[in-house]
Amino acid sequence: MTLLTRLWQTVFDLLSQFGGVLLLFLDIVRTMFTRRPRWKETIEQVYKIGWQSQAVVVITGAFTGMVFAVQTGLQFHKVKMDTAVGPVVAIAMLRELAPVLTGLMVAGRVGASIAAELGTMKVTEQIDALRSMGTSPTDYLAAPRFSALLVGLPMLTAEAMACSIFAGFYVAVNMLNIDPAYYWHNMLKFTAAKDVAAGLIKSVFFAAFIALIACHKGFNADEGAEGVGRATTQAVVVSSLTILIANFFIAVVFNSIVPI
Amino acid sequence: MIRIQSLSKSFLGSPVLRGVDFEIHDGETVVIIGQSGGGKSVLLKHLCGLLKPDDGHVWVDDDDIVPLSERRLAPIRSKFGFLFQGAALFDSLTLFDNVAFPLREKRKFTEAEIAQRVAEALEIVGLAAAGHKKPAELSGGMRKRAGLARAVVGMPKYLLYDEPTTGLDPIRADTINNLILRLRNRFQVTGVAVTHDMASAYKIADRIAMLHEGQIHAVGTPSEIQATTDPIVQQFIRGVADISQEVHSGNTANY
Repeated sequence: MTLLTRLWQTVFDLLSQFGGVLLLFLDIVRTMFTRRPRWKETIEQVYKIGWQSQAVVVITGAFTGMVFAVQTGLQFHKVKMDTAVGPVVAIAMLRELAPVLTGLMVAGRVGASIAAELGTMKVTEQIDALRSMGTSPTDYLAAPRFSALLVGLPMLTAEAMACSIFAGFYVAVNMLNIDPAYYWHNMLKFTAAKDVAAGLIKSVFFAAFIALIACHKGFNADEGAEGVGRATTQAVVVSSLTILIANFFIAVVFNSIVPI
Repeated sequence: MIRIQSLSKSFLGSPVLRGVDFEIHDGETVVIIGQSGGGKSVLLKHLCGLLKPDDGHVWVDDDDIVPLSERRLAPIRSKFGFLFQGAALFDSLTLFDNVAFPLREKRKFTEAEIAQRVAEALEIVGLAAAGHKKPAELSGGMRKRAGLARAVVGMPKYLLYDEPTTGLDPIRADTINNLILRLRNRFQVTGVAVTHDMASAYKIADRIAMLHEGQIHAVGTPSEIQATTDPIVQQFIRGVADISQEVHSGNTANY
């Protein structure tokens, strides 16, 4: 196989994967508007995806906020700008770190779980069984997961934002001896609702990416345990990379619409 | 009636079905036999639109199902019950919920009606006491029977069985055969079974069709198939690796 053929094959595979994800998205949207909502399955998924991911997200948010406060505090102390730690930690966490890190953690935990579950259902003919009974796998499996992530991830992101800010505040006050009143006052002065909105809007996009990629990989898993393993790995890798890349473009677009 | 017309299907360039023509009449049970990997399950999945052919048509009653989208196939599929090779029970649901699934999806029945019909279906397959169990807690035979209960609970017109007795001991296999016969006699369903278990085929079939090299090679009643002189059919039904050796050794009494 020549280099050119291999390159073309790679491009073709990427395009067909993208096309598959796009078709799944359109099918989910159509399902959500034309079928009766599956409340039971959706609430179950909100519990699995949202509620059960809290520990991971709280720890990630809190420790990132803490380490960010320590590092910026030590540097800012050299130029006597200790009270700037609050706004820097808050803006970084609200706009970038909380949505991205929460997205990455959920992609690892939930994306892998969705791809493995749907992949196993595919290779054990459970998806075919659904279809044979006239039930659309998109309606029964993908749409509830998509909706649950769309609801759950922004809430988890908000939780991570809050944890990171309070943890950063705690470290700054107790370890770096920054005056709590100045810290809090400056943080509120330099942050605004649009910073929270920027993070939450990003998390909605990330939720959609994780759900679509994980469901697509699961539905298209190859036969056998190896196929399910590959689908799971790809779901995590592709959704994580998509989050990191998309984060840049969403930030650019958001900043052009709502300047900092 | 199901009518298959010039059905062709390839996977990654390898042809599996090469222009299959066949008719399944209402009320009969047809068993499709053939070598492993010969396309029997592929053919079965085409009957209810789980696979799309490269070419050809599948008529279910008056509808050509090949051009239909997944959404438009849904009402056609409600005429079918499908027993999958590995039963394909939903891992996350109890046996009761698995069997209740097709009824709940139809949204036409109350929970009391569903409970009654599920109990009847589980009773028929001898699993009345196992409704609370998850599929992982069941043996292979129990899973297969549960799959059968799920396939029949919606009172389908057509029942498709993919290897209904494979992997079961002879007694369990015969239990499944008896169940299939009971279902046919009690509900007058049209059945299509795919198997390479000849004992099962002879017992449940009104007609046997042999799929060979992607085409229907022979069709007949069980006695006609047993009596045929066709070497390919004889090799398969007798389970002989090399039919010429049998002929040379004079062991041709059943030909």
